Amino acid sequence: MRNLNRRTQVVILTAFMTIILIAVFSFGLLIPDDAVVGSFLSAKQPPSLAHPFGTDALGRDLFLRTLKGMAVSMTVGTAASMISAVIAVFVGIAAATGSKCVDALINWFIDVVMGVPHTILVILISFALGRGLKGLLVGIAATHWCSLARLIRGEVLQLRSQQYVAVSRKLGKSGGWILVHHLLPHLVPQFVVGLILLFPHAILHEASVSFLGFGLPPEQPAIGIILSESMRYIQTGMWWSAVLPGLTLVLIVLLVDKLGDNLRMIMDPYSAQD
Amino acid sequence: MKQKDETILEIHDLSVSFRMYDHGLEQTDLQVISDLYLTVYPGEIVAVAGSSGSGKSLLASAILGILPGNATVHGHLHYKGQELTQERQEQLRGTDIALVPQSVAFLDPLMKVGAQADGHRKPLPTDKRKSIFKRLGLPDKTEQLYPFQLSGGMARRALVSTALLTDAKLVIADEPTPGMSLEQALEALRMFREMADDGKAVILITHDLDLAFEFTDRVAVFYAGTTVETALASDFKKGPDALRHPYSQALWRALPQNGFQPVCGFQPYAGALPKGCLYAPRCPYKTAQCMDAVPPVREIRGGEVRCYYGA
Amino acid sequence: MALEAKNIYFRYGRKQPWILEDCTLKIDRGERLAVSAPSGYGKTTLALLLAGYLKPEKGEILLDDKPLPAKGICPVQLIYQHPEKAVNPRWRLKRVLEESGKLREDVLDAFGIERAWLDRFPRELSGGELQRFCVARALMSGADYLICDEISTMLDVITQAQIWNVVLEEADKRNMGIIAVTHNKHLAERIATRMIDLSE
Repeated sequence: MRNLNRRTQVVILTAFMTIILIAVFSFGLLIPDDAVVGSFLSAKQPPSLAHPFGTDALGRDLFLRTLKGMAVSMTVGTAASMISAVIAVFVGIAAATGSKCVDALINWFIDVVMGVPHTILVILISFALGRGLKGLLVGIAATHWCSLARLIRGEVLQLRSQQYVAVSRKLGKSGGWILVHHLLPHLVPQFVVGLILLFPHAILHEASVSFLGFGLPPEQPAIGIILSESMRYIQTGMWWSAVLPGLTLVLIVLLVDKLGDNLRMIMDPYSAQD
Repeated sequence: MKQKDETILEIHDLSVSFRMYDHGLEQTDLQVISDLYLTVYPGEIVAVAGSSGSGKSLLASAILGILPGNATVHGHLHYKGQELTQERQEQLRGTDIALVPQSVAFLDPLMKVGAQADGHRKPLPTDKRKSIFKRLGLPDKTEQLYPFQLSGGMARRALVSTALLTDAKLVIADEPTPGMSLEQALEALRMFREMADDGKAVILITHDLDLAFEFTDRVAVFYAGTTVETALASDFKKGPDALRHPYSQALWRALPQNGFQPVCGFQPYAGALPKGCLYAPRCPYKTAQCMDAVPPVREIRGGEVRCYYGA
Repeated sequence: MALEAKNIYFRYGRKQPWILEDCTLKIDRGERLAVSAPSGYGKTTLALLLAGYLKPEKGEILLDDKPLPAKGICPVQLIYQHPEKAVNPRWRLKRVLEESGKLREDVLDAFGIERAWLDRFPRELSGGELQRFCVARALMSGADYLICDEISTMLDVITQAQIWNVVLEEADKRNMGIIAVTHNKHLAERIATRMIDLSE
């Protein structure tokens, strides 16, 4: 790695992270349901070669269950952050290009949404929509767009005041044409990086809401469910059932966060040349 | 003429290159300054003139040691006969060597202009600063304003005042006059002149060629990152026949008051520099020799020229 | 056939002082007007007003006795002082030129724009070269009036002569009106048929 330049190192690192994430996700999806069927013969076993994460009180393999749970959480996280990012783009552009009144209204709304703790808001929305996957998705998607929307609003305002946009207008181009050709291409890096950095938030909220029992149903092996079940047994000495799935969640979240930072470095044309 | 052995700044064979990302992941070294020379004696103002992209501002950064991290510097940089190492540059800048930056963005946006010009000096040079502000035509209330409240010309004058306040032996002024009215520009240059007459030295980076040769002692003409000629300012007043390099002559003829004549072609790019003389592709007098090897610096009539044929 | 500013007033915000007060100015086609003034006298503001980038608070800007058209290619085109801000940094220069409508080979040749540059991005060219593109773009749009706000202040004198010679030739050919904001007296004398000083 030493004799490669920094940009190459970052690209290799980013590719490596992406592969890990995709591997965890697809492996989790491919695990059949009967692979995690319990057997009381193998209940409450500490980590071993046969069961790297040990087993739970029902004798289910925790490693496979964690992977399966991660896949579910990642699906929710990806979908929710995508919807959130798209909302952010629309709201951000509307605020920046709309009238003063629209801008003030949107800013007020963003303040309101950001003023309520996200967990509570997600629980309320998810509850109102009858819990389950759909409620959770909508809940997370509806609460996570605010900061990205603000960022995009600022970016568009700054772009609109550029001289080349003014010139374009005087060359007879319409507002829509300018939006598509001058403004949107500049927003792509913001959008992609914003989307990826939303993901860790989404997945953590999914886990915490499920943990509290307001999210996914207990039969779905989501990370939050696994953690919440293991709480009942942690006093009996089954430390592995909480610590290992929890650590996995933290690692995946950190990985995605770092991935977003790296992508920002690659996509920013003004990033350091050294 | 001043004694040759007491230079305040001596630069020769200076080259600066930047490591840049080219396409995708490849990095290349772009040479932006090559074989540059410049000598400055105490008591004189040397103008550095040349087109944008000829390396004028980079020279200032190289002297002060404030080039970005991906730059590499080779060559000889001497201040008062001693080599300018990074360590010495850090000691000298701000005290012995002062910079008038090119951009107004160098002012701290959150600090009032007066306090900013005074700096951390003890005792505060408030009275001296007030008189400098007055001479530069900055109204009394200027010192209470923040940089964003200044017009472009006012901010430039505030920048100039910061250098005039120091006891620096060498002042590098990077395009100090754009945005000022003629009277204000003349007053600023007059103050630089007074500093020089006090035994200090001033490097005036500019593309206002006509102002440059009115107020300076010598003019160094830069082209594509190298010095093509250093001439006495009076040579520029005499006209193209007194100049040594075809590029300096072309600059003279392109002035609106002297013919407004353009020259075909373009300054070559870093990364695509010609093998021989950097001006050869546009030069009307070029020969095979010019295309082949970089001409050496020759002394002619009290000036220096990098050309095989300069006379 | 004239571009005129009739008793215009302008200030940036209600509580700010007037930048321009009761300013009247008229320029015919075929005329070249040099505008000079010390900094702070609203030269750039006047340029922006005449090109329709700003609206006067009082008074009006008239082109052939009608207000400037709000839609379509404006017959009054402004060229800025800093060309690197006036082109989209993510566009190749070919696209920058084509925004004006169509590429005119004769304009490219007059400026000595090499065809290889058309495929480059703005950051790969110097200020002098970019300014040629900005002027070429304005000329290709078919404008009847050019407002030049210190367009050669940041350029070396050879590039300045190159650009202005092309502009003057094209202006003669098409009987264009030109307003050049400049602080350089010699340049003004060289290019203009008439000069005004805003401070007087």
